[in-house]
Amino acid sequence: MIEYWNPLVERMPVDELEKMQERKLRNLVSYVYQHSDFYKKRFDDAGVKPEDIRTLNDLRKLPFTYKSDLRDTYPTGMFCVSNEQLARFHVSSGTTGKPTVVGYTHNDVKEWSISLARALTSIGVGRGDVIQVSYGYGLFTGGLGLHYGAEEVGSTVLPTSSGNTEKQLELMQDLNSSVIACTPSYFLFMNEVANQAGVSIQGDTRLRAGIFGAEPWSEEMRGRIEEATGIKAYDVYGTSELSGPLFTECQYQDGIHIWADQFLIEVIDPETGEQLGDGERGELVITTLAKEALPLVRYRIGDITVINKEPCRCGRTHPRIMRVLGRADDMLIVRGINVFPGQVESVLMTIPEVGEHFMIIVDRVNELDVMKVQIEMTDEAFSDKVNDIITLEKKVETSLKNVLNIAVKVELVEKGTIPRSMGKAKKVMDNRKL
Amino acid sequence: MEDKIIKQISLFAENKPGRLANIAANFRKGGINIRAFTIAEAGDFGIIRMVVDKPDVAHQVLHDAGFTVSETSVLGVEMEDVPGGLGTIADVLGEQNINIDYAYAFVTKTEKALLIIRVSDIRAAIEVLDAAGIKLIDMADIHEI
Repeated sequence: MIEYWNPLVERMPVDELEKMQERKLRNLVSYVYQHSDFYKKRFDDAGVKPEDIRTLNDLRKLPFTYKSDLRDTYPTGMFCVSNEQLARFHVSSGTTGKPTVVGYTHNDVKEWSISLARALTSIGVGRGDVIQVSYGYGLFTGGLGLHYGAEEVGSTVLPTSSGNTEKQLELMQDLNSSVIACTPSYFLFMNEVANQAGVSIQGDTRLRAGIFGAEPWSEEMRGRIEEATGIKAYDVYGTSELSGPLFTECQYQDGIHIWADQFLIEVIDPETGEQLGDGERGELVITTLAKEALPLVRYRIGDITVINKEPCRCGRTHPRIMRVLGRADDMLIVRGINVFPGQVESVLMTIPEVGEHFMIIVDRVNELDVMKVQIEMTDEAFSDKVNDIITLEKKVETSLKNVLNIAVKVELVEKGTIPRSMGKAKKVMDNRKL
Repeated sequence: MEDKIIKQISLFAENKPGRLANIAANFRKGGINIRAFTIAEAGDFGIIRMVVDKPDVAHQVLHDAGFTVSETSVLGVEMEDVPGGLGTIADVLGEQNINIDYAYAFVTKTEKALLIIRVSDIRAAIEVLDAAGIKLIDMADIHEI
């Protein structure tokens, strides 16, 4: 029996959903045009009036918004409400330059919680579950986002935040955590620490599901996590600009359901900006349909994915995005070829001798890009014959070359030497001075 | 036959400063004495192979210190420290089609040369070397070296 948080909305026929989206889109464009000088100017510059937008087909007439717009209007220049209407700020650190500030009205926080409550219900999480939230709490949206969603759905929250891994494991056992939310790399690290202490996540805890996100991870990584720890690993999606973590896969683990009554998604060619059809891989663009404080129109979120509008086995009618392969700005261009760290991870996870941790290092030697992937030697794979190790390196190099179409040098390093992360794992070092 | 098998400690180390010092410090703590030692280096990494007086303790301390380490079965072959000593051993094994994966040698206090070898078939190697009257040392001998 499949449970729904809001069956009426989640199973609404697609044509009704689209009608609802059209109505909300019309409201959105007139709302932002009236309430934000930023959007008024952006629309005027593009020669678009709110009344030009009648149907979903008119969406393409609207100009895009970008992460850089949030930075350029720092701190609150894109907000559509006055500060006293805000219930909360979150701030994203931003790897380059100024941070970006996002804000929420009380309704925004409520909608965010509802989105996650639907998602959690879709993976069978609810009353009776203890959700250990090991995402960072604070300016980052992961911790508080999951926290509110978990409370909304009636679960018990264990707000451990990230770090202090031994304590996390102790509480996981003592308070019977059944669900954990954190980055996949942190969970793997947690499992490493548990094993070193003689604790088995499978045998010694009640953990049965993980909600993993905030960094790209592969299907193969899911296989490893599920096999090593006996839990079901679910992908969660969302960014601070949209509110925070918002969507997950359902129990069938076949794409992330994006609630169409709250968000309108399209996929575009990142070069030309043209809309792509369903099933075509491109850059995800999101329009918020229910946000008050910081609505976003055609926001270039930067993630590379594919939209699937086929009905899901779970009965939900809302579109799904297939696994996010990486961010457009995570993409490395090595010798003119596009490389996503996610592709490297996918390849590595299919080679049993190789551990989970890796680091991509790109250098420029004599005007030529050189890509190196460091992986850790594992106890199981270690042979004391030099040839065996060189053979393993060659095997990984060949597999990577087959997928990436560029030569990659593989270097085995001592176990435990690739930095572990409590939050988003850094997997690329680009040393090129471009 | 089992007593002729010597447990060698093998470990994976990146080729960078301080790795050897780290191993030595761990051995000092563990009261472990190195009897024979060699590094096979291959570019970015090396494999350190050692015969020590307390292999099980050595394995434990290195593992606990985070090294990728294994115990490998090898043979310790006593050679007359005269020309031709190595040739005899290689001949005996070669005739039986037993491959020497790697070897390293050192000279003991008793003026014998000792050859440590890893072979493709350790039991067959013990038999043919025994039959040829070549002395294999055991773990007790390692303590005497």
